[in-house]
Amino acid sequence: MSPLAGPPRRVIAWAIPLVIALAVLPFAAPPYQTVLLSYGLVFAIAALGFNLLLGYTGLLSFGHSAYFGVGAYAVAFVVKYLKLESMEAFLLAGVLASAFVAALFGVLCVRYTKIFFGILTLALSQVLWSLAFKFFWVTGGTDGLRVPTPTLLGGTVKMTAAGGQDKLGFLSHRYYYYVLAVFVICVAVMWVIVHSPFGKALQAIRDNETRAEFVGVQVWHYRWVAFLISGIYTGLAGALWVPLNGLTTPDILYWQFSGKIVFFTVLGGFQTFFGPIIGAVIYNYLETYAVGHTVYWQMVLGVVLVVLVLALPAGIVGTAMRLMPRWRRAAAP
Amino acid sequence: MDTLLIHILNSLLYASVMFLIAGGLSLIYGVMRIVNLAHGNLYAFGAYVTAWAIGAVLGDAPRASVALYALLPVGALAAGALGAVLEPTLLRPLYKRAEEYQLLITFGLLLILEDLMRLIWGPYPLSISALYEALGSLHIGESIYPTYNLVVIVVGAAAAAGIWAFVYRTQFGVVLRATSQNMRMASALGVNVNRVYVQAFSIGCFMAGLAGAVVVPQQGAVLGMGVDALILAFVVVVIGGLGSLEGALVGAVLVGAVRELGITFFPEIELAVLYLMAAVVLLIRPAGLFGRA
Amino acid sequence: MEEGRRAVNILQTERLTKYFGDTHAVDHVDFTVTEGEVLALIGSNGAGKTTLVNLVSGLIPADSGKILFQGTDITSASIHKKIELGIARSFQLVNLFDRLTALDNVALAIFSRDGKTRKLLSLAESDPAVRDEAQGIMQSFGLASKAAMVAGGLSQGERKLLDVAVAYALRPRLLFLDEPTSGVSTREKAPIMDIITSIVRSGRITAVIIEHDMDVVFTYCPRIVAMHQGAILADGTPDEIRRNEQVTANLLGTQSHA
Repeated sequence: MSPLAGPPRRVIAWAIPLVIALAVLPFAAPPYQTVLLSYGLVFAIAALGFNLLLGYTGLLSFGHSAYFGVGAYAVAFVVKYLKLESMEAFLLAGVLASAFVAALFGVLCVRYTKIFFGILTLALSQVLWSLAFKFFWVTGGTDGLRVPTPTLLGGTVKMTAAGGQDKLGFLSHRYYYYVLAVFVICVAVMWVIVHSPFGKALQAIRDNETRAEFVGVQVWHYRWVAFLISGIYTGLAGALWVPLNGLTTPDILYWQFSGKIVFFTVLGGFQTFFGPIIGAVIYNYLETYAVGHTVYWQMVLGVVLVVLVLALPAGIVGTAMRLMPRWRRAAAP
Repeated sequence: MDTLLIHILNSLLYASVMFLIAGGLSLIYGVMRIVNLAHGNLYAFGAYVTAWAIGAVLGDAPRASVALYALLPVGALAAGALGAVLEPTLLRPLYKRAEEYQLLITFGLLLILEDLMRLIWGPYPLSISALYEALGSLHIGESIYPTYNLVVIVVGAAAAAGIWAFVYRTQFGVVLRATSQNMRMASALGVNVNRVYVQAFSIGCFMAGLAGAVVVPQQGAVLGMGVDALILAFVVVVIGGLGSLEGALVGAVLVGAVRELGITFFPEIELAVLYLMAAVVLLIRPAGLFGRA
Repeated sequence: MEEGRRAVNILQTERLTKYFGDTHAVDHVDFTVTEGEVLALIGSNGAGKTTLVNLVSGLIPADSGKILFQGTDITSASIHKKIELGIARSFQLVNLFDRLTALDNVALAIFSRDGKTRKLLSLAESDPAVRDEAQGIMQSFGLASKAAMVAGGLSQGERKLLDVAVAYALRPRLLFLDEPTSGVSTREKAPIMDIITSIVRSGRITAVIIEHDMDVVFTYCPRIVAMHQGAILADGTPDEIRRNEQVTANLLGTQSHA
């Protein structure tokens, strides 16, 4: 991760046109594309959270579907039991629920590293998944729970506007901007976090756990906090995802979904800040367009992952940074 | 009284299978310090290959000849062979790299194997229950108990004894243990570490495949059995300690017993009880009962 | 070296013991260090020097005995507590944060020392006090030109110095240096030791230096403690040690002129 005093000019150089492009997208592209990108941005938020643990703290979790799912189901419960429809209530519920679960799971998981950490996170997410089935009268079992389109900004922005109910229009305009705004805030906050003294401490733990301890950083505590933030980000993503999907099902708690998060983070490049974001967005397009071509999508992912690990461990963004000489100077080896 | 006996037999049955899977995982870790996330899929692979081979010979016959049991090990051999191919190609390049990469590549392997089995054998379960029934059942008190289940228990016990003898009583076992304790030293003493690694890995995969082969007459081969097995093997290994064969045995017996208790009294929370047990052990003794740090 | 009648022992161990299997790695050792002194801990491999340091610094737990720091019992204190009290150490096999810059390595120690590593919503770069102090330390260690380099890319000598700098940045009262010149060419050793001793003196830090190179030991350390098979064999000035037959007999052959 390159040491920077604030975002460097290079980043701003392409960030500004990109943000502008994102802002005008609903007017330039068909609604389907905007909604598709919304999914991408949601996954990008999850990837950002996931990578705080992997790229910055050195912990590879195979159970992040737990937080995404908890965020999503929290929203569904808020609708089902509290009869609320405000997006802010959804986000709050998603964040609180995933924070609680991450805090709990974190206590158990961060005592370990590497293998045990990985399998433990996988096992815990599977427990949640099986609970979603067992308690089907609460969670709706395999049918899941429906979630109506929410109202935004404290009820001021609604689906029904002049012209009646237009769900697609709502999702591709008002909801898209909402997601975009949350996305930008998430990126900014995570940027600060990883460049903060806390972020440096995490990287130190990643690089040398023993020395971190001997510099006074209580490794267990810091890992736990990173785990918590990571879970919250992913839970927030889950909460944002549900209105897009209209429905939440146990699938998103299943290990395969965790695998996707791992995959697109590694695809983008887990040793960079923006890699996971790019990876998530690209993956979203890949999955949408390729899934129709083959049933064996999992095998494709597996093969690509193997190839990435053997040949392109830096992922797309990491490799790109190495190939471009002027970027190479900014990139830390 | 006979109900108790049946419960004990059921736990031992489960323990047998779990020992084979977890023991394979532990053996590989003990020698090579790697955990293959696709280990459960080798169990599934063993199950599928056996079910397919026996099914092919069985055809549509309603009854199976007991002689067909000779074909059972086919799954184990296939899994061992697959392991022998996988280690040098996918794992060896990564030994010098950070551990995350090993986990990532074995995860990729998990994904590939899952779909590969679906590709080869289709999305529906393969069953050879005719073979299961071929051995009939025996009376235990007032109840009937499938004879095949006893076979599984015997196989598990034999495997445990066999592995023990292999590791502690053979020349190769000495080499294996030396390499696991100090790879550099073993290498300096002339041991071909690469060969030991691929052999250890194959043996571990063979054990997993054997578990699958042995369980398939009773349960059939179904997609998704791999990941479930991985997680359960993990529970065993947490309790018994990663890298310890004795631990895998003790852990398997404990898990089998607790699961049997759980199903009998609280069928709803069977899985949760196992995880709870693992969590408790992790909190008190992070290295497991027999584990090495 | 002053030994006033009521000199406070900054460090004192009482019958400190550590077994590895059946071996006494450290065998009921009574070891005292006076505040402000610079002493060398010598002995052949396996003598117990590193184990002693590992015990005091908290890397491994003692089997029996006590460790007292300025009179306080720290035998079972956590690493974190010991650092808070003012004990720091460097490592024989360099232990750095290889993917962070050299400056960040030192800065991290400062952030941690000042309790600032809790801050997650402010940029590390926007703390000029920490940055300036880190740069100052880099300067004192002669590493200023390498501040922006990633620690993994420095030369061995630079890494050894950085390892010490990171420990020094914690502003400890008692600093353990584990073979600060090992793996470094002979002509680099003196400059490294010059820097270390001058910093230690000006900071009034008590330093315990594990060393194999007897030239370094005799030149820089007014007090030498020799260990053998887990126990202290001899304790005195360089002259006394040179004349000690047991020391020369047991350490013969460990004179390194790397």
